[in-house]
Amino acid sequence: MIDIGLGHYLTLGAVIFSIGVIGIFLNRKNIIVILMSIELILLAVNINLVAFSIYLGDLAGQIFTLFILTVAAAEAAIGLAIIVVYFRNSGTIRVEEIDKLKG
Amino acid sequence: MIAHAIFFYTFSIIAVISAIMVTASKNTVHSVFFLILDFISISCLFIMIGAEFLGMIMLIVYVGAVAVLFLFVVMMLNVAQQKNQWFAGQQSSKHIPIGLIISTLIFFEIIIVIGGWKYKPEIFDINNSISQTSISNTHSLGQILYTDYIHVFQISGMILLVAMVGAIVLTFRQRSGVKRQSYIKQISRERAEGVEVLEVQSNKGVKIDD
Repeated sequence: MIDIGLGHYLTLGAVIFSIGVIGIFLNRKNIIVILMSIELILLAVNINLVAFSIYLGDLAGQIFTLFILTVAAAEAAIGLAIIVVYFRNSGTIRVEEIDKLKG
Repeated sequence: MIAHAIFFYTFSIIAVISAIMVTASKNTVHSVFFLILDFISISCLFIMIGAEFLGMIMLIVYVGAVAVLFLFVVMMLNVAQQKNQWFAGQQSSKHIPIGLIISTLIFFEIIIVIGGWKYKPEIFDINNSISQTSISNTHSLGQILYTDYIHVFQISGMILLVAMVGAIVLTFRQRSGVKRQSYIKQISRERAEGVEVLEVQSNKGVKIDD
């Protein structure tokens, strides 16, 4: 309990990942919170990668964390741009009323 | 070791509580602030276990860029009228048990995988090859980022470029009724349509705009 090991960090990552999944499922309020839940999930993945990288002595995990960070930033920018355009066209971003993007 | 445990539990409890508040907060602006708190505490954890470059990069990228972007969009869009309700409608409440079941299932699957994991005992003897060397974490990351992973690095640069162009193209809007400078019209203007030489007779003057 006092001796912090790899398992503690993996458990923290699992908890934050599950909270992100709960946020995607439960939050019917507006779609920006869903984007924030996706950021939480990516953060949990980053925690796992960094913990493994430190405890196994392999720097590749931190390199991949950098790339996940890059992709997460790009994804947030594109997603928010789509939300802004959608709000401009339809006037709402509530999850239940967004049905124009059906394929 | 005690200090390590204290710091770990402090920052992880802050991170978990703020992650819960991100999804459960009524106000979207509060959600963004809790997201910032979450990122800050996780980056403190990263700095604590020795990945200080990534911790600082997380602070810069997430708190400095992504969270401000979220905050800007939340405040620009008019979502204030939705802030007093937890969930949008009655028909959405049927998603709640399904979501809870699926996410608890995912959580226990991950916990079972982690808990059943057995490490080889010698794996933690060799684990300090990063911290025992004299060069810092940032230095060693740079040494392999620009040599072994140079192609992936450049591809990530392309991803950022495409994201930037895409965001600009998506949100660009041509407004009508706004006076703009048109370089093409300015450059292609001829002398003949701008200036006219008149023969002015004395005591008559020139009539403009007839």
